[in-house]
Amino acid sequence: MKLQRKSMLRASALGALVVSGALVLTACGSDNNTKADSTASGKASAPAAGDIKCDDAKGKLLASGSSAQKNAVDLWVKAYMAACSGVEVNYKSSSSGEGIVAFNQGTVGFAGSDSALKPEQVEESKKVCTGGQGINLPMVGGPIAIGFNVAGVDKLNLDAPTLAAIFNDKIKKWDDEAIKKLNPGVTLPSTAIQAFHRSEDSGTTENLGKYLKATAPDAWTYEAAKKWPAPGGQAASGSAGVASQVKAVDGAIGYFELSYATSQNIKTVDINTGASAPVKASAESASKAIAAAKIAGTGSDLALKLDYTTKAEGAYPIVLVTYEVVCDKGNKAETLPTVKSFLNYTASDAGQKVLSDNGYAPIPAEINTKVREVIKSLS
Amino acid sequence: MASTTPTPLDTAPPVTTSAGSTGRAGDKIFAGLSKGSGILLLVIMASIAVFLTYRATLALSKNEGNFLTTFDWNASANPPVFGIAVLLFGTVVSSIIAMVIAVPIAVGIALFISHYAPRKLAAPLAYVVDLLAAVPSIIYGIWGALFLVPYLGGLNLWLDEYMGWTYVFDKTQVGVARSLFTVGILLAIMILPIVTSVSREVFLQVPRMNEEAALALGATRWEVIRMSVLPFGRSGVISASMLGLGRALGETMAVATVLSPSFLISGHILNPGGGTFAQNIAAKFDEANEFGRDALIASGLVLFLLTLLVNGAARMIIARRKEYSGANA
Amino acid sequence: MSHTIQDQRPARAPKSVAPSRLTRGGLPRWAPAGIAVVSIALGCGIGAAFGLQSKIQWGLISALLFVTITYVASAVVENRRQAKDRVATSVVWVCFVLAVIPLLSLIWTTVSRGMNALDGDFLSHSMNGITSFEKGGGVYHALLGTIEQVALATAIAAPVGLLTAVYLVEYGRGSLAKAVTFFVDVMTGIPSIVAGLFILTTWNLMLGFGPSGFAGSMALSILMMPVVVRSTEEMLKLVPNELREAALALGVPKWRMILKVVLPTAIGGIATGVTLAVARIAGETAPIMLLVFGTQLINGNPFEGAQSSLPLYIWEQYKVGSEASYDRAWAAALVLIAFVMILNLVARGIARWKAPKTGR
Repeated sequence: MKLQRKSMLRASALGALVVSGALVLTACGSDNNTKADSTASGKASAPAAGDIKCDDAKGKLLASGSSAQKNAVDLWVKAYMAACSGVEVNYKSSSSGEGIVAFNQGTVGFAGSDSALKPEQVEESKKVCTGGQGINLPMVGGPIAIGFNVAGVDKLNLDAPTLAAIFNDKIKKWDDEAIKKLNPGVTLPSTAIQAFHRSEDSGTTENLGKYLKATAPDAWTYEAAKKWPAPGGQAASGSAGVASQVKAVDGAIGYFELSYATSQNIKTVDINTGASAPVKASAESASKAIAAAKIAGTGSDLALKLDYTTKAEGAYPIVLVTYEVVCDKGNKAETLPTVKSFLNYTASDAGQKVLSDNGYAPIPAEINTKVREVIKSLS
Repeated sequence: MASTTPTPLDTAPPVTTSAGSTGRAGDKIFAGLSKGSGILLLVIMASIAVFLTYRATLALSKNEGNFLTTFDWNASANPPVFGIAVLLFGTVVSSIIAMVIAVPIAVGIALFISHYAPRKLAAPLAYVVDLLAAVPSIIYGIWGALFLVPYLGGLNLWLDEYMGWTYVFDKTQVGVARSLFTVGILLAIMILPIVTSVSREVFLQVPRMNEEAALALGATRWEVIRMSVLPFGRSGVISASMLGLGRALGETMAVATVLSPSFLISGHILNPGGGTFAQNIAAKFDEANEFGRDALIASGLVLFLLTLLVNGAARMIIARRKEYSGANA
Repeated sequence: MSHTIQDQRPARAPKSVAPSRLTRGGLPRWAPAGIAVVSIALGCGIGAAFGLQSKIQWGLISALLFVTITYVASAVVENRRQAKDRVATSVVWVCFVLAVIPLLSLIWTTVSRGMNALDGDFLSHSMNGITSFEKGGGVYHALLGTIEQVALATAIAAPVGLLTAVYLVEYGRGSLAKAVTFFVDVMTGIPSIVAGLFILTTWNLMLGFGPSGFAGSMALSILMMPVVVRSTEEMLKLVPNELREAALALGVPKWRMILKVVLPTAIGGIATGVTLAVARIAGETAPIMLLVFGTQLINGNPFEGAQSSLPLYIWEQYKVGSEASYDRAWAAALVLIAFVMILNLVARGIARWKAPKTGR
């Protein structure tokens, strides 16, 4: 018995050691990454903190949703948290659908979504927003780049019908006549085309579908939906998943938000819109297309209607707009000041400048003014 | 699941044995505590079962497709259409591939450790295999996606070229090796340690006498194994395989990282595409609305029943073996 | 069939025409190693000659050659029975090598790629302010989250599991015990994601609590309980009945008998079982993914606010898909493996340290 007691004593000593070790560990970590920051590639330009009004923002704000705006939100959050000490903004990048589900369950302060709330989702949001409902605030615009990886090909022009045929498995080789015709002077290999699409429901998929449906209704007969509708092709999870597959596989083509292409050096397709020259995917060319957008929402809801069939010079037609979804009335009291102050910053000139510096398209000034007004009125 | 809830708790007979019925307070408290935690466990289990069944029936009652035969998963749409055919197929096929590859190799390793390896090597080897059983599945997942998939590309083309006539190995669709076949190989690697360590335990329990008797008759080492070790260990190997199968069926992250999911059933296992229950839940759950989640829970219930069946079979075989070896002891 | 060979070795069986099989020549001791070298060389040669790209094919061809050459050599030099034995031996060796290669590759990849990002800063910093394509950042917040969640899960599951096992072994008779045994078996089969769904729907949605480390712990404890019950039960069953009877005969109340005799006797095995269960749940991803939300910041309070965890961190970084984030994912994988391995070693240590004293 004595022996056993001794060993039990030792066991509890060991336990105590583990617990105290964990406690010590708690004290030694640090959230301060400024040193690592300065050594990192300084491409991500953080704006001056002076533009950020913290007001009475405090505590922790959870948000989740679209992965298309993740890179922009990362930069915003970084600048915002540097300016407002004591505030934590935590944006989980998963997908638009997840963000809306989480929003309607009251888990998050705001959600990011690549498509506006559907009527039944608005209906559902009334449970969370006491006395109000969920509204869409257009915040981030961006081109959906068509990335490709074909050995020996640096520049590729495609139009909507060809793109549709590639993505629904009608065109199977890179040296297909249709592609050749659009790319005179380019030697195309006979590599098989491997088209990648998103495996989960995605706002990016829906926007690409809307574009193809609007511009090539004969070749693309599917209704635009978040779920990938066409046969064939391979699936990968998330924008980043598609991008990394395209980067790794010879003969691959896929679609994702432009910043994924620029950050990973993936070549993108220039789109032949019918304008005098094919349009390259870039923040400016996308801004031109988004500038033509009209507000379709009513009241404080600012959902947009985009013109995918635009033939304007230098306007890149495959675009998406990410909305921040919030309650117009009845936001949770503890997060409301933070939501207002954070969105105020993202909609400000400084916030929108972060977008154009990083491959996103800012929201047109006239719409942006309305966004700022709505943000002020949130309660 | 509700139908399988056990007999009502109140019919349980008094559980204190003669020694415990001396009426001392400490005894009552302790017996009550331990009984209480047993009951707590039952309550948790029952509530999970009730919850799963309830949510699943909610989903099934509104399904516009046939739950068993529809080749689609569009549960968040209106009206919802979803079916588990593809998932069932993918789960079973990938697990079968895993078993076909893993079980013979695992038996080989188990024999190696128990009968072939130099004595000094055997113990550390057994230990290493046990450690590998503890490598988290997410790590197998990223290793599979970033390392195994590129490496299997050549093997896939080769199988397609020389074994293409078998239909199964005919790769009709271009694409990287993110196929059910690759998933099967990855699952095989993942379940190797568990199947090996259970088999090894069984092989080590073979009565020394049997082996020595065979050796004395002039049998070679292989003959000893074939005549005395394998017959003795057969049921043990079967149950080890079942345990491995149970793990392969429910594997989530490793499949989710490697497979290129699609809702098609194809006998060409080298083609990218297919899906499994767990992978589908992990991939779709984020996006699903409340009803979509219920539908996923319904598929989770099917997976649960499948795993239950397999584990139950394994336990029955193990239990039978215990009696058998007990009689021989 | 082997006359010619006997002619070459007249010294062994100088007179006899049909020599005793027992004394006949065998392959030299170095034969397996030699054949292995030859077949690997041949396999690589064939692979290179036919331009087979995949190294896996080279390996498979070498393995096949190894088995065939062994059989032929042994059949020629020795006899069929020996040849079969040799083949069995070589097949077993091949199996072993086949299995070891991917496992070694897994460990090697994790270690070599993990070292890229792993340093003191990585272990002591969070991901605060690091955008996904930048280098830098750390895993501290995730490590802390994992430790806290696992500790909480153990604090819930270990006592319940232990007491349940005590109930089953020491008290359990009749249908309640049978039901508990059956449902413990059922519980081991719960896919981990289903446990996560259960907690999400009840704790977070019905009761309205926000995501927290504690929610993750509850899901983990559901997964841990049956494992603890099973292993503890096995250990308690190994305690000799004589010990119990002796204690009871001395007039010790049953609960003191259990606490002072049965549990201390089995404590080594129980601790091992619990530690292995902890190692098991530390790597769970699916339920954690649904429940703790994930964060880039250090949150030391598991009961409130979003936390991160190592498996979730690996998954997030993998999904980002840039070089820097892959490095982070591998480094975190290395940390996670080290964490699990240390727990395993602790379990082994406890088992070894306790084993002799139990007198089993």
